[in-house]
Amino acid sequence: MTTPGNHAHGRDYSRRSALRLSGLGAAALGLAACGVQGAAPKQQTTSQALSAAQRFWKDQTPTTHVNFANWALYIDPSHQTLKQFTAATGITVTYSEVIQDDPSFFAKVNPILRAGQNSGYDIMVITDGLEFGELVQLGEVTPLDQSKMTNFYKYAGKSYQKRAYDPGNVYSMPWASGSTGIAWNPKYVKTPPTSLADLWNPAYAGHVGMMSDTQEIANFGLLKLGINPETSTETDWKAAAAELLKQKQYVRKYYDQGYIDALSKGDTWISMAWSGDIFQQNLSSGTNLQFIVPKEGGTIWTDNMMIPKNAANPVAAMELLDWFYKPEIATMLTEAIEYISPVPSVQALIKADAAKATKPDDKKTLLEVADSPLVWLSNADYARLKSYVPITAKTSVTFNSIFQPVVAG
Amino acid sequence: MRRLRAAAVPYLLILPGGLWLVIFFVIPAIALISLSTQQGDIVDGFTQTFHFANYATAWDNYHEQFLRSLLYGGIATILCIALAYPMAYWIAFRGGARKSMYLFLILLPFFVSFVLRTVSWQYILGDNGLVLGPLKSAGILPESFRILATAPAVIGGLTYNYLPFMVLPVYVALERVDFRLVEAAQDLYASRAVAFRRVVLPLSLPGLFAGVLLTFVPVAADYVNASLLGGTANTMVGNIIQDEFLTAQDYPTGSALSFMLMAILLIGMFSYARILGTEDVLEVAAR
Repeated sequence: MTTPGNHAHGRDYSRRSALRLSGLGAAALGLAACGVQGAAPKQQTTSQALSAAQRFWKDQTPTTHVNFANWALYIDPSHQTLKQFTAATGITVTYSEVIQDDPSFFAKVNPILRAGQNSGYDIMVITDGLEFGELVQLGEVTPLDQSKMTNFYKYAGKSYQKRAYDPGNVYSMPWASGSTGIAWNPKYVKTPPTSLADLWNPAYAGHVGMMSDTQEIANFGLLKLGINPETSTETDWKAAAAELLKQKQYVRKYYDQGYIDALSKGDTWISMAWSGDIFQQNLSSGTNLQFIVPKEGGTIWTDNMMIPKNAANPVAAMELLDWFYKPEIATMLTEAIEYISPVPSVQALIKADAAKATKPDDKKTLLEVADSPLVWLSNADYARLKSYVPITAKTSVTFNSIFQPVVAG
Repeated sequence: MRRLRAAAVPYLLILPGGLWLVIFFVIPAIALISLSTQQGDIVDGFTQTFHFANYATAWDNYHEQFLRSLLYGGIATILCIALAYPMAYWIAFRGGARKSMYLFLILLPFFVSFVLRTVSWQYILGDNGLVLGPLKSAGILPESFRILATAPAVIGGLTYNYLPFMVLPVYVALERVDFRLVEAAQDLYASRAVAFRRVVLPLSLPGLFAGVLLTFVPVAADYVNASLLGGTANTMVGNIIQDEFLTAQDYPTGSALSFMLMAILLIGMFSYARILGTEDVLEVAAR
């Protein structure tokens, strides 16, 4: 499908592809000799990136379409937030739920972006883990147009405007935060779990779900041993992997986003889970799943919208990015997904919506969201929630060689 | 001039396929071997250091999955033979006028995507699915009983998915057997069992051999069945290779594993051909 945006780049395609073709033979030989080339332009400082961004954005022409890549169960099911955007701006949106987890999505787009091609997406949602840093280091994302972020700077919370992993909001805008904890199906698990040890309980053998993402699972292994992931060392990682291997005999499978299906179908009874998924699954499928942050602690993460390099519609993408910070849009989103919103005024607006709601069911659901301890975390919760182990591309080789064999089975 | 042209014809005929293989097999295979001894990471790139320890590390970490793949491949292949041989025999000798219809029925599952068919097994065999759900609520099976995420589920899926690749070559071999030879054997006082063992079976061996090649090799490298039907103790080497490339971004380890798998399968196949004493492997495979 050609979108209008593709034409803007059409002119230099033919020359570039002719050059590429002639270089094919040489490239093939080069590949054989040295495999994967080293990436990257030296990482830029924040101010360098910002001035490069200014030059980039001056040359861009607006288009009327956006391709949005996101995770499953991560937007209002009827897409009203997007429909209103189209009505307000005339920009149409293709929304695809193509991200199953960060590593596999990164593996899919990285070779395309590295080759200087268009990934087919104008917006992608990436967690603040290893892949976020890699995309930035590899120069595979477009620095944002700071002049088009008015709603963001006006309405987003202070902590969301000052994120340690993206100083100056150069490359990303937060979509939502959430926590990784334990979910269970009360039909099979009679005593509500409170601790990570419940995931190690032999009574649930063959029905324990864990995640296949090494960054997620590492945190649970570390927290079980009482180690803070944010300051953990290689020795800690090995101990955590050993602890996770003890659990393996009870684990049914190491899942990607598919964990939620397995839990709903009853294949797993107790599972590692992302907070908001449980709420949305209960809402959309009528299941009665429960969720807690275990007493040893859980993981807190933030998913961020980024514009991949060579996107066809960057200007329209910027408009959509900023759109989600309009308080009424952010409210619609939070009511549907029950993840932590970067816009703090949302809580009051949800309460107002609840007061207006006519159907008792709607009112109950809205009040649940407005008071949910998973969306409005207390200080005690924040103290128990830890970020991922801070790893870079270099340390990830060691990190993955320790944790990959755990999830490999 | 004409003779020259005539001499060039075979080369011209082989050119498209040959080029195809060079570009899409030879070059990637060389790149793979080269990559398997490199070191580095995804941001700084991988550089050639002839680090053969990659193979040792890969084997240390994943030999279990490696051996499991060969084991599952072996069991699934034997099951395929057990199911396919009688099927092919019956179609070849008793199929009559409907032979082509029976063959079509065997091929029918191919009209639905491989992945889709395997996913539907998840629903049929799920812990509360079509089969187990009613049995559990009737109290015949305990609540924690499961079929999915076990070795039988994976081997069952592999056998199911690759069965036609065994049926077809065996059928082709049996179809060529002249039934009068069996009658002649019986005229010479061979019992039906002896006639089968001394006449039909040896004549069908080339087909069986081709069937084993066509099933064992892809089954041992399969990753779909283990990832959809398996659990934590059923991972096969195909899954590991996929994870090393697509999630851990550890290209050298993935390449080392791929190359080891390729080498083991090739060596296995050639020694199998030797032991079985059939003619040249490639000749048989080409039938």
